[in-house]
Amino acid sequence: MSHHIIEINDLEYTYPDKTQALSGLSFKILHGESVAIVGANGAGKSTLLSHLIGILVPTKGTVRIGDYPLTKQTLPQIRRSVGMVFQNPDDQLFMPTVFEDVAFGPLNLGLPLQEVESRVMSALERVGAAHLRERPPYKLSSGQKRSVAIASVLSMLPDILVMDEPTSGLDPQARRQLIMLLTSFTHTKIIATHDLDLVLDVCERTIVLHNGLILADRPTMQIFSDTALLTQAHLEKPLGMQGCPICTPRS
Amino acid sequence: MSKMESYWLDLRQLDEMAIHKSVIHHIHPCAKLLTTVIFLTVVASFSKYEVSGLFPMFFYPMLLMILGELPLGPIMHRVLLALPFVMFIGIFNPLLDQIPFLQIGPLLISGGWISLFSIFLRFLLAVTAALILVATTGIDGIGMALLQLKVPRVFVVQLLFMYRYLYVLLEELIRTIRAHSLRSFQGEGIKIGVWGSLLGQLLLRTIDRAQRIYGAMLCRGFDGEIRLIGRKKLVGIDIVYFLGWSIFFIVVRLVNIPQWLGTLLIGGY
Repeated sequence: MSHHIIEINDLEYTYPDKTQALSGLSFKILHGESVAIVGANGAGKSTLLSHLIGILVPTKGTVRIGDYPLTKQTLPQIRRSVGMVFQNPDDQLFMPTVFEDVAFGPLNLGLPLQEVESRVMSALERVGAAHLRERPPYKLSSGQKRSVAIASVLSMLPDILVMDEPTSGLDPQARRQLIMLLTSFTHTKIIATHDLDLVLDVCERTIVLHNGLILADRPTMQIFSDTALLTQAHLEKPLGMQGCPICTPRS
Repeated sequence: MSKMESYWLDLRQLDEMAIHKSVIHHIHPCAKLLTTVIFLTVVASFSKYEVSGLFPMFFYPMLLMILGELPLGPIMHRVLLALPFVMFIGIFNPLLDQIPFLQIGPLLISGGWISLFSIFLRFLLAVTAALILVATTGIDGIGMALLQLKVPRVFVVQLLFMYRYLYVLLEELIRTIRAHSLRSFQGEGIKIGVWGSLLGQLLLRTIDRAQRIYGAMLCRGFDGEIRLIGRKKLVGIDIVYFLGWSIFFIVVRLVNIPQWLGTLLIGGY
């Protein structure tokens, strides 16, 4: 039995304005897997992630995280095991200092103060942001904000990390550091992104979404080798697989 | 930088002051909050025409600003922002109350002018004290103190959320106004017709953003209860701080110290 399995069964979601965002998704993710969710804008990536953490409730179908089906009663357990890093770190960081922000989750878990402090410091050290502990989050650079946002989730010791566009707004070096950090995590990872080079480096499996449906669910290399599939999903090969732009100029 | 942006930075500055570490910052939030409440009550309790008796009360904000290492400029800047509202309260006093009160040589000062000046002093004391409380305690510290003083949790959570929402609102407002000013070339400000849709947009956007923030809080186990880090118990220095100031305020209220000193100097005894 694995506690970290994610099982989505025939998931449908329609927004209150009648926009159907997801129309019958089914997949399973196993313990320790690193899975990318890719697709065009509006394909349903963020909506899908919102279901994994119980921010949205399925119109139809079921979501199962570990041993718990996602219901109102099981939300606390699910939110304890799934850590979500939001697309915009400014939405995630709201306390006056970095330390208090990272401590927000552990405090809500009801942990004693000493344990909270040690968790906060180890999470901040893990992302290389221990020196920022006394700083107000809004004064940090985008890269630092992202690191702190990740630390704020790591401090809750989640089994599953869910990330929405983790590399958006980062400079190339901060992006590289983030990729290195992500590859060093042993958590089950689900990453929704447009950064296909990140997928290439971090995720061994990729799910392609298109108009609220799963277009493909295969090993990453297979997906990125299928040009027809990529075109259909409004994607293109990662830059790392496109070859030298000078030697082989694009037509 | 637009005026709005500078207000926003100003607001942030108050939070930054609260992170600072000083003797005053280390006093328990409960002690500081209660002291401020007693200070405000005493200031409000002075009679309508009291001026000289109020002066010793300035000792409190002055000492706190020095010990709390607070910059004078930003605090006074905020005090000035509130000034017009207070002046409106007393602006008609000189017209309504023309009973002669004081004569300095040929100059006759009516009771209205004295009460206006008294209102001004009280305002200065009250607003400075409140700002010092926020700048040395932080809104979360005040929230924690209120919880410890058994204020219903729902009010405290509302207060903390309102404070955070203010930031969200201001940030969105800055963005909206910037977008408007980039595409309006007359430089006449925002036309009244545009305000309607602009404010509507602002409301929807801030609600959206507030919902995302709330979602992020839920993801990290928020269940309606605010749990803050901070010292829970009052220690000796906190009680000394509270009692010391309270006794000082009461003495100042009961004894008109400037008058007493004056009498002492000119040999009234």
